[in-house]
Order: sequence, then structure tokens, then C-alpha cells
Amino acid sequence: MTVVQGNGQASIVADGLVKRFGPFTAVDHVSFSIGRGEIVGFIGPNGAGKSTTIRILCGLLRPTEGRAVVAGIDVARNPEGVRQHIGYMSQKFSLYGDLTVMENLRFFGGIYRVEGALLDERMRFAIDMAGLSGREDALVSTLAGGWKQRLALGCAILHRPPILFLDEPTSGVDPESRRRFWELIHSLAADGVSVLVSTHYMDEAEYCNRVALINQGRLVAMGSPSELKQRGLGGDLLLLECDTLGAALAAIEGTSGVRDVAVFGNTLHVLVDNGDIAQRDLPRRLAAKGLADARLSTITPTLEDIFVELVANSTIAGVAS
Amino acid sequence: MTFARILQVFKKEMIELRRDKWARFRLVIPPIIQILVFGYAATFEVFGVSTAVLDLDHTQESRDLVSRFVYSDRFQIVKIARNQQEIVDGIDDSDAAIAIVIHPGFAQLLRKGQTAPVQVIVDGTNSNTALIALGYMNEIAATFSRDYMTDHLQRTRDGPPLRGALVTLEQRPWYNSGLNSRWFFVPGVIGTLVLTMIVNLTSFAIVREREVGTLEQIMVTPIQPVEFILGKTFPFFLIGLGEVVLIAGVGTLWFGIPFVGNPLVLLLGTSLFLLSTLAIGLLISTLCMTQQQAFATNFFVVNPLFTLSGFSFPITSMPTVLQWLSYLNPLRYYLVIIRATFLKGVGLSVLWPDMLALAAIGSTLLAVSILRFRKSLD
Repeated sequence: MTVVQGNGQASIVADGLVKRFGPFTAVDHVSFSIGRGEIVGFIGPNGAGKSTTIRILCGLLRPTEGRAVVAGIDVARNPEGVRQHIGYMSQKFSLYGDLTVMENLRFFGGIYRVEGALLDERMRFAIDMAGLSGREDALVSTLAGGWKQRLALGCAILHRPPILFLDEPTSGVDPESRRRFWELIHSLAADGVSVLVSTHYMDEAEYCNRVALINQGRLVAMGSPSELKQRGLGGDLLLLECDTLGAALAAIEGTSGVRDVAVFGNTLHVLVDNGDIAQRDLPRRLAAKGLADARLSTITPTLEDIFVELVANSTIAGVAS
Repeated sequence: MTFARILQVFKKEMIELRRDKWARFRLVIPPIIQILVFGYAATFEVFGVSTAVLDLDHTQESRDLVSRFVYSDRFQIVKIARNQQEIVDGIDDSDAAIAIVIHPGFAQLLRKGQTAPVQVIVDGTNSNTALIALGYMNEIAATFSRDYMTDHLQRTRDGPPLRGALVTLEQRPWYNSGLNSRWFFVPGVIGTLVLTMIVNLTSFAIVREREVGTLEQIMVTPIQPVEFILGKTFPFFLIGLGEVVLIAGVGTLWFGIPFVGNPLVLLLGTSLFLLSTLAIGLLISTLCMTQQQAFATNFFVVNPLFTLSGFSFPITSMPTVLQWLSYLNPLRYYLVIIRATFLKGVGLSVLWPDMLALAAIGSTLLAVSILRFRKSLD
């Protein structure tokens, strides 16, 4: 499954990574590679193993099996060798709340041995990037979510790492701040920084060059968003609107030609073998059950549809094996 | 190891301490309250022991003996009994902790130059008080018999001298001639307070970073564990020195505890002791994920260190195994150093074994805690 994209050598390689905590397998044979300047999104529900994988790649956790190579360095063998090459934003906000914006930047700059005029220049850059000009002396604990998170990114890239690990950086942040954050990530990637970013916002997957869908510790699928949408379903997707969703669900589930029915808000997403045939057959079947008000239309699948479908398949496969 | 990184962590820690308004309170007020409580309350001396008296002799001699108890501030006569039953009742009802019974014929025996027994009944339920009070009684009885004999000799200068050996025990305690327990306790409080405060501060400070998540952020940087630990703990070392000065100041200026030794010897001993306390705090922080766990662990670590230190219970009275264990206790050595510098004024020529022991324990603990402090979440 190892695919090298981008130009030249891969920046991040995960090769058969396994992490077990006692009897629990958090990461289950995960392999992928990320090229220079590439943005890869880690998508999956909470507890899927996203954070654990990122922590292994940062050298914070030792893999039970497999190998992680970051910037050409085997992470488990030489975790310290990796540090200077990576930036990391953990899931929890982890700057010092009782220090000011400047004090935090100066502290992390000092730890990374960025000094003198270079440090001043980069601190200036981080402050501009975070939009914190004029608030340099504000205590970080008094900042709102979006500013905190951009400042955290600023601190994580003070030493100009070529590789960036971002673990759910946008959780709990307003949509406008999320959009600004992704712009920053794109400008960093344009400068050649490789980014592995985890999120549980499906819409953010569209910002990534490639997406890795992860569920129950396993890598379910990986590819560009459009690639995944094309090959993911292997059928057509219909939207069913109806006042009595439960009855509609019961009426069409198990009908020949219908592969899957899932509730999406107050509608149903129906995956069928052939959209045209289903458009003809299903209304009749619904009407027979007294559900004449049901409306069917063809829709383009979102990544979320793909994810639900792939997870269902992989879970069934997992149970079967 | 680079000094620049240590300095960064040190500066960061100092800023955080400065911003923590409660820290100033926590670092100053509780130690002062502690020293006041110990200075006033922790005493082995006994005053005003409730005493019942039954004088069945009714002579000048017996009344003289009783009056010596009346005028001693060690005893307070709460009851003049008329018969044995009233004495029994008084002790049973805890009205009196001590009863003195002078039987008929007391004066007669004295005049013959024979031993005249006085019966003393003690409520042994508070054995500490009882033992100490008995000591005072012996003293009063001895003084009484000495005075009686002198008096008798003077009055019968021409007659034959009274038989009976006149043996009195003369106590002459050194260094603390008043056997003032405050002198014993207050220097000890310095050791116990510094231990508690520094172990707590150090373990909480690191565990809090773990809880908040900043420690994880630190771990992915190129900083070495030893750089982080030195920068992180040095402020607490300074706080420890400050605490010693504060408590010693209250002890000497308020309670008048003498300080006859060399402050530099105490500084050396304190520095070595702080090494151990910082290391204990660090070790606890490597074992605990939350501040709550650290709190519980500190309690279980610090209490045995108190008990086995000689702070209040004499080590020589402990079972051999515990005595051996106490050799591993840094507080044991620091208490020796601190009491010796305060009260005896001895220097390194005497205290070097204790200094050496502290240095050995401190550096071992510190090495272990630095090795245990991994930059990993496993």
C-alpha cells in the first residue's frame, strides 16, 4: 500500500505500524507515505487511532511492531534525531496560558535554539500569521480559540521544520478560524512543508491533497478526495426525503438492488446498484407501503458517504475474518 | 547539555511563579503558621498537672511537703481528699491525673532518720504526661528531704548527725540547659516544612504540565531531560533556601532560639538536603499522571520520612529494622545538621558524615529520577 507521492524521497513513511496497549490494538498495521509539500488528512472517528499514529511518528510512543521513518530517520531508534525536523501540535492546546504571547514564542524559540535577529524575525512572522499584532503582551489564556490555535502553529514552526504533525488542530474552533487555519497550512505546504493533519470534520478532508480514512486502528482507504469518491462506492447514491423516515427505511431495506440505507440528518442516503432502475422501482414500492410523499433524487456522494460505506465494509470484513 | 535551554526553562518557571498570586501566599503564610503552632503547642513540658492530695499525717512535715506541690507551677492541687475513697474517685473521674497520699507516721519516720514513703498514684492513660510528672515529683521530694536534713542538722548541731545517705541526682543538660522542648522542635520544623513544601511544589509543578499537555509539547522539542529538570527545579531550590531563612528568622527572632553555629555550614547542609527533596518530588512526578495522584503519593512518602527522622520519636528506641531504614532518610541527617548548627555550633569536622550521607542520597535519587524522566508517553 506504500505509495510515494510528491517529488523525490518521502518525508514520512509508516510501514506496518502496530501499537497495542495491553489487549487493545490502537493501531493495526498502518502503512502509508507522505511526500514533500504534501498535505495528508487523517480522517476517522474519535478513538480510531489517529492520535496514536501521529504520536508514534513524533517519537512520543514506541510502535509495538513496524517502522516509522521521518525525515529519513528511524523514529523508534533515534527519536531525538527527529525532533529538530518536526513541528507538532497536540490535540490539547499546549502553550503556557500564564505566559504572554511573546513569552511563549521566546520560550519555544529558546528551546529550539533559534536566537538573536532570526528569532525576532520569526516571532514577528508568527505574530502576523496568528493575527496577534498589538496583543503581544496578552496572556495566552485570555485569547479566543482561533488565536490560540494559530499561535500554537506559530510556536510549532519557529524552527522551520520541513515536517508538520497537527493532531485535530481545528477542534473547537469557529468556521472562519478553521478556514484561515487551512489557508496557513496551504501556504506552508507551498513552501515544501509536509503536513499530516488529523481531523474529525469530514468537510476539512476536501482541503487535503490526500486523505487517509482510518477506523478501529486500520487504514480503510487512502487517496485524493476525488479519487475516493469515484472508486469508493461502486454504485449510485440517492437522496430520499420523507416525513416518516423509519417507515421508509423499513420499506426499502433489503430490496434487491439496494445495497445500503443510512440516515443522514432528516433524510436517507440510499446506495443502489443502478440509479436509473432504482428511481423507477423504489417510488412504487414506497407508495405500496403508503409512503407516497417520499421524494427521490440522485446526489453526488460526499466523503462522509464514502467513509460510512467503507467503514461498514471493513467492519463486516473484520467480523468475517 | 546547553546552559541556554536550562535558562529558558528557568525563566519560564520564574515568570509562572511570579504570575501565580496564590503562590506568594502559599509559600509564606502556611510556614509561618506552622512554626507558630509548633513553637507554642509542640512541647514535652508539663504544667499544671491536676493533683489530688490526701494527708493522713497532719504534721508540720507533711504540710510542708504538700505546700511544695501547691507552690510548684508543675502541679495544680484540685482536691484535698479526706479519705482513700475520694482519691480513688478523683482518679477514676479524671478530675486528677495524680494523687499524693501521705500516710500516718510520715513525720515520725523522718524524725528517726528513716525512709518515709509517700504514695503516688498516677493515671497512666496518658503515659507521657504521667512519666514527666513523676520526674518532677521526684525532684520535689528530693529537694524536700535535702532541706529537711539541712534544717535538722542546723537545729541539732550539738546532737549526733542524722544517719542516712544524702544522694541527690543533679541534672545538667548541655546545649539546651533548660531542656526547653521549643529549642528542640523549632529547628526540626525547618526540616519537616522544607521537605513537605519542596516535594509538593516539585511534583505538582511537573505533573501539572503533564495534565495540561505542555509536557507533551516539550517532549517533541530537542530539549534533553536533564536540561528541562535543572531549569524546572532550580526555582524550587531557591524557594527552599528562602523558606529556611524565613522559618529560621521566625524561630530566632520570635521564639529566641539561639543560632550559635556557622550559617555557611547550614547553607551547605540545606543545599544538600534540597537536592534530595527535589529528587523525591521529581520521582513522584514520574510516577503520577494527575495532581490528585501526586497528592496521595506525597502524603504516603512524606509521613514515613517524618516518623523515621527523629523529629519527634527517638530513632534509638525504634526496632532495628526501622533504625536501618532511617539511614536512607535524608531528613534524619538534615535534622542532625540543623540542630547541631543551631544549638551546638559544631562545624564540618563533626558534621561531615551527615553531609556526605545527604550528598550520596540526593545525587542517587536525582540520577534515578533523571533516568526515569523519559521524553515519551509510553
